[in-house]
Amino acid sequence: MSFFKFLKPKKDKKSPESDQDKGILVFEHTSEVIRAESVLKASGWKIRVMGPPPEIQSGCDLVIEFPLIEELNIIRTLKKAGVVPREIVPVSSPLLKPVNLFHIKDFGRHLMVRAANMKLTIDKNTKIIVNISGGGCPDVPYLAQEIVGKSLKDAPRPGEIGHTLCGYALELAFEEINRQCLQ
Amino acid sequence: MLAVVGTIPDQNFPLIAGKVTLDGNRICIEGKKVDVNRGTPALLAAAYKAGEVLGRMELFGHLVGDIGLGDGSKRLYEYLTENLEHLSFSVITFHYLQPDVDWHNRVLFALKKMAKRPALIADAGFMYAAKMSGQSQEYDLFTPDIGELAFLADETAPHPFYTRGFILHEENRVPDLVARAYEHNNASQSLLIKGEKDYLANRQGIQATVNGYMERAMEAIGGTGDTLTGIAAALIESGMEISNAAIVAAKANRLAGYYARPTPATQVIEIIRQIPGALEEILQEKK
Repeated sequence: MSFFKFLKPKKDKKSPESDQDKGILVFEHTSEVIRAESVLKASGWKIRVMGPPPEIQSGCDLVIEFPLIEELNIIRTLKKAGVVPREIVPVSSPLLKPVNLFHIKDFGRHLMVRAANMKLTIDKNTKIIVNISGGGCPDVPYLAQEIVGKSLKDAPRPGEIGHTLCGYALELAFEEINRQCLQ
Repeated sequence: MLAVVGTIPDQNFPLIAGKVTLDGNRICIEGKKVDVNRGTPALLAAAYKAGEVLGRMELFGHLVGDIGLGDGSKRLYEYLTENLEHLSFSVITFHYLQPDVDWHNRVLFALKKMAKRPALIADAGFMYAAKMSGQSQEYDLFTPDIGELAFLADETAPHPFYTRGFILHEENRVPDLVARAYEHNNASQSLLIKGEKDYLANRQGIQATVNGYMERAMEAIGGTGDTLTGIAAALIESGMEISNAAIVAAKANRLAGYYARPTPATQVIEIIRQIPGALEEILQEKK
């Protein structure tokens, strides 16, 4: 289908809402849903409370739909408020789980860990983070700016200053490289 | 004119549309200067350096500050939706934007109002949104790395973070991943896949493999994918056919890396400095 053929037949200029980039927060109790809704709305997030999809077998009978890309930031906000979801899943496929495989590459003096689409590289002698590569969300260049050149001990955690799923993946790589260094 | 749409990792950087130049290690736009580390500034710097060889290239940036909160990206999406119809570009490269399917779709609708359809390239967050929208085929070129190719190949994944484990991100699986991405219409017309080897692919499969000047350290260096996309965009802007431009860009990017004598600690600006010499050499070889 050509570019313009796709676009021309559409009379309604407003594109339909898509749920492909949405996630679901699952809680144990309805009271937690209500509290989380209040906290997130007060923080300015566009969320909605809805019934759980059939794939979700546990939790209460209400869930919160949220922008999945911002998972890291949203979880941080909920943790601060003391209301933590028992499960977080993508709307498009609620049985999906985050990647849990790490790829390690040893360059001799340097060690690289990849988690999903994010790679973190350190100098094995100094434990200085020398590079961050991969990723596509806008906090990746920001995280690189804040973290590269600092030691593992002194660098801010990606999980604390990142905001997106790329930031989340980088946090996993950060944890794994710390684990590798302790071995 | 080549337009680049992306973000700057500075929350206070305003939304700016203007011509982009390079001054040493910094890109310049409307009186503002930004360090070239990685991300969209690295793409712009690479395109600018390639333009030095190709000649007479004008580079236009649509930039906004965003550190991952999505607020800047939203303002930029809104600006594009309202203004694209009044603009004229031969190539548009969409880059580090907060992935948002609804805003992506609005931008795609706005593109139809342009008098002439530009060549469309997508990388990074905007490529994620394009895939999630189910409209990847509207794009001429995506530039994923292997992990992102696995995401394109996984029809259920909303982000590379959720790519299913059985879809292995391995170099020797590239043909399978390409086939799977096209089977579910989650790839652009052409794919330039970045990795230990670079691949040009389309719906018919792998069309070319570029494996010269292999530098293992390049994988660790942030921004080397951005430079590849920037060189490819500049070559397409120069009038080179897309598949040809992708192959030349892959060769030039690898040669630039080779000339930088990289280690995993090398910063991308050191590679960007080598682009003019490397590109000139590759173009000479083609003659």
